[in-house]
Amino acid sequence: MKIEVRELTKRYGPQLAVDNISFTVNTGEIVGFLGPNGAGKTTTMKIITNFIAPTSGDVLIDGTSIREQPNEIKRHIGYLPENNPLYNDMPVIDYLRFVGDLLNLDNLTGRIKDVIEKVGLYDEKHKKIGELSKGYKQRVGLAQAIIHDPEILILDEPTSGLDPNQIVEIRKLIRELGKEKTVILSTHILPEVEAITDRILIINKGKIVADGTAESLKTQASENEILIVEIEGGTPSEILSKLNELPTVGKVDIMSREGNKFEVTSRPGLSSRKDIFTLCVNNNWFLTQLTPVERKLEDIFRQLTLN
Amino acid sequence: MKTIWIIAKKELATYFDSLIAYVLIILFLGFSGFFTWLYGTDIFLIGQADLRPFFNVAYWTLFFFIPALTMRSVSEEKSSGTIELLLTKPVTDWQLVLGKYLANIIVIFIALALTAPYVITLANIGNLDAGATLLGYTGLLFMSSAYIGIGIYASSITKNQIVAFLTALFIGLFFHIIFSVFANNMSGGLAEMFSYLDMSTHFNSISRGVLDTKDVFYFASLTFLGLYFSVLTLSKRNLN
Repeated sequence: MKIEVRELTKRYGPQLAVDNISFTVNTGEIVGFLGPNGAGKTTTMKIITNFIAPTSGDVLIDGTSIREQPNEIKRHIGYLPENNPLYNDMPVIDYLRFVGDLLNLDNLTGRIKDVIEKVGLYDEKHKKIGELSKGYKQRVGLAQAIIHDPEILILDEPTSGLDPNQIVEIRKLIRELGKEKTVILSTHILPEVEAITDRILIINKGKIVADGTAESLKTQASENEILIVEIEGGTPSEILSKLNELPTVGKVDIMSREGNKFEVTSRPGLSSRKDIFTLCVNNNWFLTQLTPVERKLEDIFRQLTLN
Repeated sequence: MKTIWIIAKKELATYFDSLIAYVLIILFLGFSGFFTWLYGTDIFLIGQADLRPFFNVAYWTLFFFIPALTMRSVSEEKSSGTIELLLTKPVTDWQLVLGKYLANIIVIFIALALTAPYVITLANIGNLDAGATLLGYTGLLFMSSAYIGIGIYASSITKNQIVAFLTALFIGLFFHIIFSVFANNMSGGLAEMFSYLDMSTHFNSISRGVLDTKDVFYFASLTFLGLYFSVLTLSKRNLN
């Protein structure tokens, strides 16, 4: 199912939590919501899942506004809220039965069995939720979100507070679930969005500041190609001046004189790799290093959200 | 309707799993039994086969018992965040509040049903007026319904259960005593108004054996207002 967010605004008193954002998530896409704390990720998710009403704007699920038929649309959405709230004094299986009853599911016993197997809660199913470890609680939270096999999954920080092993397991689970569902997940763990999602939306102060795949964001943020070049066989000043003469090269900085190591910034939109190589061949130098500097998602994130 | 029942069932399971219901029912039976049979103006002092002493005691024990029962109903969902889970399922605010109400009134009903031995005992000792007894119980149930409404409202305005308990008692106190004090100290229209607002006026008129629509309307509207304001408080999350 397709999610269309249109000019969504949410105001809490004088504070603008979500400021006129629009985006579309296509069927089968896994989208990562990225942003500092308080950027408006959770608020947006709460509006999509119909927990709170927006101040203005609308959310369309497959063309239907969430305000028109909330109860019908809620059946197609699985939601894991922030901090994974659960009834701690309920046994896992009773809790899943309760959720299934609320969703009015057919063949509930079968569904519960499936879902318990899928998230790996088999040995814990009769324990009270409060007795489970954080990782298992997260599985219960996921289980209630997928028990009705929803087309859309909204996961608010699904891996927060888990240890590295649990994080890997939960990610694996999400990736598996994401194969057949439309997923929006929020996080501020950057490698996570790169690992799981197809597309990244960076939100800051209620606005979308970036939208694209991890790759496209990286190239977008670093318009100019940056290369680390190490050349042997010539004097540093000679190499420097020849490099500067190349038509595709914008700027050359010397990184260290000893190894003849330079940082070469190409002109916008151009790549100077080929020119550098030919230059070396023509002068009988040899190239010991030619490494593109990749901008990390962290840098992009900091650049977009620190202002 | 089905959704309301699912929520009520879950709520009842929580009450009985966590011993809240047992403790409160035992306290209720203990207190009301003690004052009905053993101490003060008990049945033996009056010397009539009449459950009036029990109704008068229960009128007070329920007043304390109900806020203790209702205090967690919404506030716990709010503080743990589970309210978000519920309301993002196909559940409306009204269904949630009505489910809570239903569970609470069932607990009260069970507590009152457990005093059936009182009725049986009295019916064996003397000539018990069946109609008056039934209406006495009806009056208690109506009163409980009103206080459950107030209790759920108090629970919906806070995340803190103690605050919810005290707020419910505070609001209840007006209907239980303060309005009657006002009514006694004023005259004319004001006195009449406060006397109408006073719960004991209506409770006494029912437990004396007259089921007037006026009294039914009073309890029904108090219950409704309590639940209505609970829903209103819940829907505040949608405001700006």
